Amino acid sequence: MRFALIGQPNCGKSTLFNQVSGYKADTGNFPGTTLTFTKSKVRVFSEIVELVDLPGAYSLAGSNPAEREVLHYLTFNAVDVVINVLDASHLAQGLNLTLELMELGRPLVVALNMMDEAARVGLEIDGPKLEELLGVKVLPLIASRGRGVRTVFTTAMLVARGGITPERPQYHPEIEKAIRLIASNLNGRARESPLAPELMAIKLLEGNAQLLARVEGYSPQARPLVEQAQKDILETQGQPAIWIFNAARHEKAAQLTKQVVAQGEKRRSKRDYLDEILLHRFWGYVVLAIILWLFFQIVYGVGSLLEGPLLESFDKLAVWLASLIGPGSFWADVLTGVVQGIAGGVAIVLPYLAPFLVGLSILEDVGYLPRLAFLVDALMSRLGLHGKAIVPFILGYGCNVPAVMSTRLLEERRDRFIAATMATLVPCAARLAVVFGLVAFYLGPQLALGIYLFNLLVIALTGHILSRFLPERSPGLILEIPVYRLPTWKAVAHKSWFRVREFLVEAWPLLILGSVLLAIFDRLDLARWLNAVVRPLTWVLDLPSQVGVPLIFGIFRKELSLVMLRQALGVVDFAEALSPIQMITFTVFVVFYIPCLATLATLRRELGRRDMIIISAITVVIALLAALLARGVAIIFL
Amino acid sequence: MHLLQVEIGKSVRVVSFEGGHKLEHKLRQLGLLPGNCARILRHAPLGGPVMVEVDGRAIAIGRGIASKIHVEEEAAPCGSL
Repeated sequence: MRFALIGQPNCGKSTLFNQVSGYKADTGNFPGTTLTFTKSKVRVFSEIVELVDLPGAYSLAGSNPAEREVLHYLTFNAVDVVINVLDASHLAQGLNLTLELMELGRPLVVALNMMDEAARVGLEIDGPKLEELLGVKVLPLIASRGRGVRTVFTTAMLVARGGITPERPQYHPEIEKAIRLIASNLNGRARESPLAPELMAIKLLEGNAQLLARVEGYSPQARPLVEQAQKDILETQGQPAIWIFNAARHEKAAQLTKQVVAQGEKRRSKRDYLDEILLHRFWGYVVLAIILWLFFQIVYGVGSLLEGPLLESFDKLAVWLASLIGPGSFWADVLTGVVQGIAGGVAIVLPYLAPFLVGLSILEDVGYLPRLAFLVDALMSRLGLHGKAIVPFILGYGCNVPAVMSTRLLEERRDRFIAATMATLVPCAARLAVVFGLVAFYLGPQLALGIYLFNLLVIALTGHILSRFLPERSPGLILEIPVYRLPTWKAVAHKSWFRVREFLVEAWPLLILGSVLLAIFDRLDLARWLNAVVRPLTWVLDLPSQVGVPLIFGIFRKELSLVMLRQALGVVDFAEALSPIQMITFTVFVVFYIPCLATLATLRRELGRRDMIIISAITVVIALLAALLARGVAIIFL
Repeated sequence: MHLLQVEIGKSVRVVSFEGGHKLEHKLRQLGLLPGNCARILRHAPLGGPVMVEVDGRAIAIGRGIASKIHVEEEAAPCGSL
């Protein structure tokens, strides 16, 4: 299946594309002269679909390279459904293209994007009525928030499977006659094109020279036919054909708009009201602190409630299973490793990760994150960056991979480098599991929060130093602040699940594998050798030598550091093997040192191999210094 | 006068801006090119950005860029459709 996204420039088409292609999709750029189109694989109803994002075009007339590219693509590539993205706040303009797309003879779905925008300027759009008038599925969409995205794609899939092509709008009888005549004279080769012959006829009548040259190659009679028809139309209608087509579509679009759009009251006082407080020069920051504090309380509350009992059950399970196949045997050790790997995911990571991701999705959907950028811009500019750099920063708390990718939204390479370095220092959800599972669980949530604040301080300092080394003014912030929204549970659940699934699919198997490997290492006494390699490091930090292996495996996935720590130390209760000071030192080190494999790969892709190595080296130095500093502070205060 | 020098609540019309085509491209996307109207919503403290309303959208603009956008005050509030 192949879906094509088509829309006018700035209709939010690419926003939609990015929403679904995600960061792990394999995207390829095909640069042409002045345009690019992008492809990605997307899963709809468990079917892999190739999604093509065609360049923005006001029409298919071919008056500029982007428009020519769109028509050219559609002529040679069978598209199973066209998803026409429309800016709902500029409906009449967008419908011009929609009417043209209805002529393609391909299944079509209309996505009315930016419904929030339209509502804000007081436009009430009757979607069902538009659907009825057009005879094409019309779906509301807020691509920027991910709203309606799923429905657009599932509907598109149903329309594609049904092969339902819309009925094309009719023109003046005389023009229709010309269309039919030309269409019926296009021979076999032209019929191989996935496009309707009528569409070809219309484009030929409009005077598309490239198309005519191509068609002429196999239908030599086409040129005289088209030229004659154009002349006839000019004579009888008094206008060239292309004008008539445009005027007809324009009129139809205006008519449709009148029928489905009602201008209501502008609503925006509520937002201003809320922003009076949330963006207030003093209260804004108080609220910010409260929100973050609540956020951590909830994550910790839910996580710690589940972690203890879950761990206990898994331990019992491991012992029971081992007893079945004889404790001490090779397979018993492997099995214990498997169970501990599973337990690591279910009992240590998920209890914190799931509430964290739900919380982050809520903050995101409410529209708080851009406001955060507004509030912290002054602070960030002191770090040599601007407020937008807060986005990779915040995303980093979920996962460093999308965080590093989001540095793309910064214009300057230097900014991207600094922001990426800072983003990799942000403790992601996996490291959150370490902070919470170790420090918060054993030493209390206040200390965990302390580590987070300390982390912020270190990041700020790093940013400051880096921007000193790379002196160059950052261009500054320009950011749209969206309206507040009540998040829908569906959207939040969907987004969170999408991210949780990433952990389950990608990290968890590695975690289990790592756990098993460690069990085997242990049995073969290989762990001791690995531990010896990193002993200088663990010695400096005054940590038991056994933490070497978990630290090495932590480069694969950060949560492995904690999961494997239990096994490496051979205890159920960390308090038996680690002093509070060691717990803090270990955690701080884990929070900062070398990013995980996935992040490394992303760094390489975004910034290149050299920068990836530089950033990794920076993180090791920072981790060492920060851990030593934290240790010093802990010795004084604990 | 530039954007930072306008009081909250006042409406302004963009007169000119200092910057290359990169900035122009950005401003075009936001509808903030010369001739366009904007209303100042708020200033962030401590040298933070200024928030303006253009075509019913709220946009935060950092001080660096805001000081490069020259405006003149409008008597009537803009944004009325």
